[in-house]
Amino acid sequence: MYSQALNTKETAADTSPEATRFQARIDAEDRIEPNDWMPEAYRRTLIRQISQHAHSEIVGMLPEGNWITRAPSLRRKAALLAKVQDEGGHGLYLYAAAETLGVAREELTDQLLSGRAKYSSIFNYPTLTWADIGTIGWLVDGAAIMNQIPLCRCSFGPYARAMVRICREESFHQRQGYEIVMTLCQGTPEQKAMAQDALNRWWWPCLMMFGPPDGASEHSDTSMRWKIKRFSNDGLRQKFVDATVPQGRYLGLTFPDPDLRFDDESGHWRFGPIDWDEFRRVLAGDGPCNRERLEARRKAHDDGAWVREAALAYAAKQRIAA
Amino acid sequence: MTTTSIAVPDEPRIQTLLGLADDALILGHRLSEWTGHAPTLEEELALANIALDLIGQARMLYQATGLDEDALAYLRDPPQFRNMPIAELPNGDFAFTMVRLFLVSVAADRFWRNAVASEDPTIAAIAAKAEKETAYHVRHAAAWVIRLGDGTPESHRRAQTALNALWPYTGGFADRAGWLQAVAPVLSEATLVQPADGWMQPSGRDGRHTEHLGHLLAEMQILPRTHPGATW
Amino acid sequence: MNTPLWEVFIRARNGLAHRHVGSVHAADPTMALQAARDVYTRRGEGLSVWVVPSNAIVASDPADRDMLFEPTGSKIYRHPTFYEIPEDVGHM
Repeated sequence: MYSQALNTKETAADTSPEATRFQARIDAEDRIEPNDWMPEAYRRTLIRQISQHAHSEIVGMLPEGNWITRAPSLRRKAALLAKVQDEGGHGLYLYAAAETLGVAREELTDQLLSGRAKYSSIFNYPTLTWADIGTIGWLVDGAAIMNQIPLCRCSFGPYARAMVRICREESFHQRQGYEIVMTLCQGTPEQKAMAQDALNRWWWPCLMMFGPPDGASEHSDTSMRWKIKRFSNDGLRQKFVDATVPQGRYLGLTFPDPDLRFDDESGHWRFGPIDWDEFRRVLAGDGPCNRERLEARRKAHDDGAWVREAALAYAAKQRIAA
Repeated sequence: MTTTSIAVPDEPRIQTLLGLADDALILGHRLSEWTGHAPTLEEELALANIALDLIGQARMLYQATGLDEDALAYLRDPPQFRNMPIAELPNGDFAFTMVRLFLVSVAADRFWRNAVASEDPTIAAIAAKAEKETAYHVRHAAAWVIRLGDGTPESHRRAQTALNALWPYTGGFADRAGWLQAVAPVLSEATLVQPADGWMQPSGRDGRHTEHLGHLLAEMQILPRTHPGATW
Repeated sequence: MNTPLWEVFIRARNGLAHRHVGSVHAADPTMALQAARDVYTRRGEGLSVWVVPSNAIVASDPADRDMLFEPTGSKIYRHPTFYEIPEDVGHM
């Protein structure tokens, strides 16, 4: 579903001839493939970003998975299950892209489960009502799309190819979510209140998904130069707000931001200050669901260990017999 | 205010369709509970595919009754459900889930293969689609049963324990002799011991269930039950 | 021990070649094939699937790229446009 701009600083003042040629290839919009020469920092940055993206997809299955068994119609149940399944698939494609850089999926999983790797902060918020499922599809997937479409042109071939597939598959996710919210808004007063409450809780965390403001972001320059990232956090955030506010107003919903107003001069929706303390706190581990999310992933991993061992043991026996 | 349960006509065709639909829905629901918790990422996708097949089959079968699919799924009480109790048992470990899926899928696949030639054109059409799906469910589940049974001592123990626990729930399978013939080679390849037939649980077709179905439905039905008449 | 990696190739429809679409992890060929089907053909993407152990693929070294692939650039006589045929002769 989503990668967050979480990268940390890379110092990349490599002036070797290889590095110069590498940068020239990037500047010429050539794609870098796994076996090509690349600066160590480029490799590290990509492994970190792609695996964080993969972890986000996998952890992101949990908040929505929370409602599969309570989906209120069979049509909704099938759509939600297919959507959450897609997220598992997207995690899989992304781990595979990271693996082309010489790191095993098991190692990346270990980084997530040990708490060393980060994932998108948005998934540390709880899904309390059915309206949250619609709102996640509408807002979280909407934000993800803003971020992911430029990644289809990322300089690293396997990441770009995975993103093309992911973007194509995700095209139904946001519509699925918006349709749920719209149905609630056209429903009973309780349903409409449910939708408003969900927007109130998810709006600000969604704006945080784009990462810290450009001035405070440490990594943007290098990532931009390497064409891993093509737009600034603030630029994408503004694009998201501009696209989303009219969609919410169409439904008769109110955004939980008293400063939100349309600026005629620039043609943009201006929004109030984001609580970056909350962002940093949730990212650092103190969000409503951080512990539960990791605990659920650890349990799935631990409970599955004997299954994976059995499959390997059977394969080994077959090889000996052959 | 709560939404009261619907009454379902006591017609044989409808009751037969409900039995098939409820089997698919309840097992699909159980499989969907694995989402986010499967032993591998690949298996996440496999389990969700099977769950989606089953939920899709349930929808077609409910629709074939001419009644509203969501009313049937969300506004019936446990005794009105016609599924076999084996489908409603909690997932247990991965061995229990896979052995159950194997035993049920073999029965379902045999049923659908025959139903392709059904005189009821609606059922024949559903069967043409369902038969291909259940054939794959059998293949996937059998592959796992063999690997768990013939994997490590721990996986063998878990698979045998699951098989023993599930066996009394297989008494109601149609053409059980044919079913036994179909499951035996896989159990043998899995080095699992086929349990002896003893006392068997009721078939569930008359609405007699285990304690688990009530909990499953309480969870599944909560929104339509708490918001009477609402559209979702 | 890590679960082996497999490369997945799918034929979208008859008449087309199998094309690389991604990879999966699986302990053996049977499970790799099922995983490939379950992961990569959920939207009617294919009619046939191949899986190949990733470590069975032999790849050319990017450092050899110029040596391997540049000499062909000068063999322009291998292309039809190299030859001049009067327009009056018609399409050839």
